[in-house]
Amino acid sequence: MSLADRRGRAPSLEPVAGNGLINRRALLGQGIAIAGAMGATGTVTGAGAEPLTNEPWSLEFGSTVPAVQTPSRFEKDVVRTLSNPNGEFRNSHARTPHQLLNGTVTPNSLHFTITHSGLPDIDPAKHKLVIHGLVRQPLEFTLETLSRYPLVSRMHFVECAGNSAPMFSNEPMQVTAGAIHGLVSNSEWTGVKLSTLLDEAGIDPSAKWLVAEGADAQFLDRSVPVKKAYDDAMVVIYQNGEHLMPGNGYPMRLLLPGYQGNMNVKFLHRIKVVDQPAYTFFETKNYSQVLPGGKTWRFHFLMEVKSFITHPSFGQNMKGPGFYAISGVAYSGAGRIAKVMVSADGGKSWGEAALQGPIHEKAFTRFVMPWRWDGQPAVLQSRAWDEAGNVQPLRAEFVAARGETTKPLTTPLAFPNQHYNSITSWGVDRKGEVSHVYA
Amino acid sequence: MSMRKPLITFALAFGFCSAAAFGQSPGSQTPGLGRPISEADIRAWDIAVLPDGTNLPPGSGTPAEGAAIYKEKCIACHAEGGKGGGAPGAGPLVGGEPLTNGIDTAKTIANYYAYSTTVFDYIRRAMPYPAPRSLSDHEVYALTAYILALNKLIGENDTMDAKTLPRVKMPNRDNFIMPYPDRI
Repeated sequence: MSLADRRGRAPSLEPVAGNGLINRRALLGQGIAIAGAMGATGTVTGAGAEPLTNEPWSLEFGSTVPAVQTPSRFEKDVVRTLSNPNGEFRNSHARTPHQLLNGTVTPNSLHFTITHSGLPDIDPAKHKLVIHGLVRQPLEFTLETLSRYPLVSRMHFVECAGNSAPMFSNEPMQVTAGAIHGLVSNSEWTGVKLSTLLDEAGIDPSAKWLVAEGADAQFLDRSVPVKKAYDDAMVVIYQNGEHLMPGNGYPMRLLLPGYQGNMNVKFLHRIKVVDQPAYTFFETKNYSQVLPGGKTWRFHFLMEVKSFITHPSFGQNMKGPGFYAISGVAYSGAGRIAKVMVSADGGKSWGEAALQGPIHEKAFTRFVMPWRWDGQPAVLQSRAWDEAGNVQPLRAEFVAARGETTKPLTTPLAFPNQHYNSITSWGVDRKGEVSHVYA
Repeated sequence: MSMRKPLITFALAFGFCSAAAFGQSPGSQTPGLGRPISEADIRAWDIAVLPDGTNLPPGSGTPAEGAAIYKEKCIACHAEGGKGGGAPGAGPLVGGEPLTNGIDTAKTIANYYAYSTTVFDYIRRAMPYPAPRSLSDHEVYALTAYILALNKLIGENDTMDAKTLPRVKMPNRDNFIMPYPDRI
């Protein structure tokens, strides 16, 4: 379609679901469709723009460029939520502020981090990775030797098994999307396929498990099925083009796409090939789920299909009736996102959101849904499907199967349970204030 | 053991990898940059214990010996009698509510752990929190015995060593379900 044609054509703003959801096709000629949407209800402010003036920064020479650039001083509030801001002698978490970000790549400075024993200060020239156990020849690798391999780059999310744990509370916590869902982030990871290294060591056919261990103060270790190692595991050394951040495993970490974050062992220094799982502390205790009735899932590993709306979300109040783009992220440890449906009426009706490609497997996919808010109360939800046919469970289904707390949580930093992947609902009231609701 | 199987076994099982064993050759499909190292030279790091007792070190300890070490090295954080709460994040080492109480029931050694080897392994690799891997294997056996006895999982006079520790039956062992056995 030529520009002239576009100019002459009124956009289609066909409603697809209740409470103002618009067919995603309106996004195809985005600028026009949005302008049209405004036209349908008047401009957002209802007033014309002010005359333009020259601002001080455009009348003087700016600063020279630094060697490493940091965000504008006006972005000082775009920070991670900390669980241990006073540096107590215990574990610490930092959550990605999803409500302040967009696209699909998490900036390295804002990638989530959990450490159970502090961040080690590793000299990359002295760091070693050994592979041994049920192998023909134990081998030692360094950052220098790994860097000489043909490296592969993949987009993948990493999600803590305890991400979204506040959603187990029997009452909705009034905190941001990042405080609830900030223990998942998405990056381009670059490294060596683990199968290449295992093949060089020559693993024994009796081998069923690896014990992967880090060089941190606890030698944190997890058991990993050999099956996963030969599927798509990597030893990664770069994150979004630069060497890993200390909080993400510098100088090398295991990457098990789609598997719970703790298994993606950071500061990786040893892989022992064995015939049985080790039942390490972290697979025994923290990263497993007690079910209603008292039984527990063992070796669950895979982070299930999930989505949440980041815009608008808690803390982002609406600027009056009119056009908005509802957007968020969807991902699945089982493969690519196939479809995301959005509701503006608390799940009574659903419209299919536009997915922004390319759609990578086991990675964030951003979805966008055009919406004309009429100023009345609304409840926004998203629900994702993956290519394997898995669907994000409705909250009632999820709570029936997995339970919730009997008393409201008092802090979003608690981990009452693991592997929450149900729906998040944001309520919009008449004033445009956005709160967290269960619907 | 099977590590010494003829190379042909591996060549059949893992197609292209055999060249790496002999260093680089024109047909090699992996760079072969790993440097050979002996198991003996890995020993300082090789501490993971398996639930059947594999890789448990020599040595032994009793609850009484463990109680003395606990008073010296553990009590500051884990408090008297393993009650916990002496430091942020130092949970109780003793007791635990039934897991049927709810999905947010705190998981403890007595109500949750499937294998006693996990207790030994984690003390050895991570404790004391400010000085990991500073305990002798004897001290780790003794502390493991002390904690298991506090939980009444072994007797007051039982000695823990590489033979007895894996035989301790943990109460919750049979309450685990494998939802996705095909992933393993």
